[in-house]
Amino acid sequence: MDREITLDDIESLAVGAWVLGTGGGGSPYLGLLNMRRLYREDGLRVSLMSPDELADDDMVAAVSNMGAPLVGQERLTDSRTIARAVALMEEHTGKRFRAIMSLEIGGGNSIQPLMAAAHLGRPVVDADMMGRAYPEAQMTSVAVGDLTPCPLSTVDVRGLESIVDKVPTWKWMERVSRKICVEYGSIASTCKAPRTGAEVKQWGIKYTTTKAIKIGHAVREAQRLHQDPIAAILSVEPGKVLYRGKVKDVERRTTEGFLRGRTKFDGMDEYRGVSMEIAFQNEWIVAWRDNQPIAMSPDLICVLDSVSGEAVGTETIRYGQRVTVIALPPPEVFLSPKGLLHVGPRAFGYDIEFRSVFA
Amino acid sequence: MRRIGIDVGGTNTDAVLIEDGKVTGAVKAPTSEDVTTGILDSLKALAATGVLKGKRIDGVMIGTTHFINAVVQRRHLTKVGALRLGMPASASLPPFCDWPEDLAEIVRGGVWMVEGGHEFDGRPFMPLDEAAITAAAREMKAKGLRSVAISAIFSPLDPSHEKRAAEIVAGEVPGASITCSSDLGRIGLLERENAGLLNAGLADLARDTIAAFEQAIRDSGIAAPLYITQNDGTVVEATQARRLPVYSFASGATNSMRGGAYLSGLLDAMVIDVGGTTTDVGQLRHGFPREANSVVKVGGVRTLFRMPDLMSIGLGGGSHVSLDPLKVGPLSVGYRLLREGIAFGGKQLTTTDIAVAAGRLALGDRAKVTHLDAATCARVFGEAQRMVEETVDRMKTEAGDVPLIAVGGGAFLVPDKLEGVSEVIRVTHGDCANAVGAAIAQVSGECDQIFRDMARVDAIARANELAADRAVSAGADRATLSTIETEDMPLAYLPGNALRVRVRVVGDVAAT
Repeated sequence: MDREITLDDIESLAVGAWVLGTGGGGSPYLGLLNMRRLYREDGLRVSLMSPDELADDDMVAAVSNMGAPLVGQERLTDSRTIARAVALMEEHTGKRFRAIMSLEIGGGNSIQPLMAAAHLGRPVVDADMMGRAYPEAQMTSVAVGDLTPCPLSTVDVRGLESIVDKVPTWKWMERVSRKICVEYGSIASTCKAPRTGAEVKQWGIKYTTTKAIKIGHAVREAQRLHQDPIAAILSVEPGKVLYRGKVKDVERRTTEGFLRGRTKFDGMDEYRGVSMEIAFQNEWIVAWRDNQPIAMSPDLICVLDSVSGEAVGTETIRYGQRVTVIALPPPEVFLSPKGLLHVGPRAFGYDIEFRSVFA
Repeated sequence: MRRIGIDVGGTNTDAVLIEDGKVTGAVKAPTSEDVTTGILDSLKALAATGVLKGKRIDGVMIGTTHFINAVVQRRHLTKVGALRLGMPASASLPPFCDWPEDLAEIVRGGVWMVEGGHEFDGRPFMPLDEAAITAAAREMKAKGLRSVAISAIFSPLDPSHEKRAAEIVAGEVPGASITCSSDLGRIGLLERENAGLLNAGLADLARDTIAAFEQAIRDSGIAAPLYITQNDGTVVEATQARRLPVYSFASGATNSMRGGAYLSGLLDAMVIDVGGTTTDVGQLRHGFPREANSVVKVGGVRTLFRMPDLMSIGLGGGSHVSLDPLKVGPLSVGYRLLREGIAFGGKQLTTTDIAVAAGRLALGDRAKVTHLDAATCARVFGEAQRMVEETVDRMKTEAGDVPLIAVGGGAFLVPDKLEGVSEVIRVTHGDCANAVGAAIAQVSGECDQIFRDMARVDAIARANELAADRAVSAGADRATLSTIETEDMPLAYLPGNALRVRVRVVGDVAAT
């Protein structure tokens, strides 16, 4: 049974998806603004369907916005662009999509399928392919599953449209589509390789839309009632507090189109005198407490504003912010040896044996 | 070193004289409808104390809540033509799209979106559509719009499209006030554009207000340059403040906090400033207000520039009081207190009337408020206490009791014992803390530019030198300079490891 997503759900989704963005994925705010207008002014509605309801031969569009969040903050988001990426893929394959899903539930990409779904009148599947945010195309459950990486459509708001029709691997897809994206101005709306219902049921990370809505709802309720939003998140998700402190230094550099760097923290409360350092590549990747690695991808490292409970991004974190660092459990699919090859610490250049906070 | 600090609040205009670091004179006068009279009265009152006699004044520094009050109260705002250069991007989120509807109704004079703007790497996003800008400007003129806010994609990195559009608009609409978003904000089109729209909405008020300030100083016979205080506790010359009034948005609150720190000698404490219309609560860190981390909402509008992290509520000495049901504020008689308050022969019950009836204040005619019994006064004070406690609690960043410096003319509403507060500190001249903060304001210098092929530390060091030089040439004493803000951001994909560095330094005004 499809369930209508309310505007209040979308407000919660925006907050929860930002938490699941683990520092990256871009703010969902602009997508949220688009949805408010689509709901209030255009009277459009979106429904959510369970992945379990998909027929094996249904076709599902996996969408995401690609590129630098910084560019998105300037060009803003136009809901029609992502809808066009889906329509372009249908024109290319000649097959109609039954439903639309997110590639990445973390950050702004959580809202992308809703915008496309609103314009195209299709449901959104309650699942994604990361369960969080990640910087690269091969860092998905479907890439771990060795599903085909192509074709892919990319659309720019100025009417530039391209299809990457054939590439042998996800790495190649990343390289070729990244080049297109950079030429577009480092931002593109994309429809990834179409997936069958069977593939989504086997390889999709299920119920993550609902999960993001639940986390966001917990934070918003805590804010409304002046309760502790961190505790509220931990009451709906089996997470662990790693640290409380304030930002001491942020170092950022941009290489190969990624925002890389490190943030150092000074401990507060029960963590006074304890140091913390977190390295990022768009997202928080490895956290060291007193120089010992204590949390790393694929565990979700979430840096949250200690007062509001809202996520703090790697692009905007700044000196003096008071934060609480928590870890959330990773999707099962990334814990296999093959999964760790794609998203474990070594995939990001850290020669550390993966050990989960939740092991 | 002799400076006069003036704070023009919604209710009172305060003036202090500071000589060699000491407050040697302090007066209060009601703010007048025309602003000039209130400032003139306060300067006359200050002169009447004899402290100015035969002395040369180095500067008059004025802080005002005029601009922010106009936005919060939706008054004296100018209709703005919004011109965005960025089509075909962003069409689904036009200017004003995330404004509260009531404010948008007042300020939105029309929206024009044309092709233009840049990419992150300096390429044009679309060629600037000059014909469409000309057509837009003509439509603005036909609609009678006199204030225009221009925004363009990535204008902080390349402002040329905004500047060219400003030229075209100025040619078509002679005398128009034009705000370019690149003068105001950082990366983030909507927030930067919002700041520009607010700035443009204040164009007439800023022009009239600053002219009134200058008139008042001239009329008082003081020959000293006029400075206007800004959000960060520093001052700029009047001409710049007239052009960019949003930079003076929160200066009243910043001045109160800086003044509170100065007068109490405390560098780390909470500060509550109770004025006539609003109460601001903030936190002092090392003598400066803690700054808001990211997006700041002003009158419900998201903006992105440095502002003190404050929480404001509609509580003050002029707040309307209704007894059944009990409600205090947010409406206020403001500067009309001495006319409209019951203790002064008016008809509107205010918190000041309650304080007069309860004997906390000796003002007006107590005989006029004898009908307000002790139980009624206690209920109203109880409500004010509840409002204050909640606000202080929400601004705290850690558990435990903290000292609270109570300043402002309405500080009588803050009781000596408060939940979550270790001690309520009242200081001499605390009712003029904002004027003291204005008088001690410093001069700043800023560097915001892109460095290439330099290590991060070297680029930041170079930016520091440039900012320091600018502060000194603006009148700061080099020996007192300190860096209050450093921010660096790598620019994606630009060749040569490009880094945008923004540094802000402040220092005391150099002795002349």
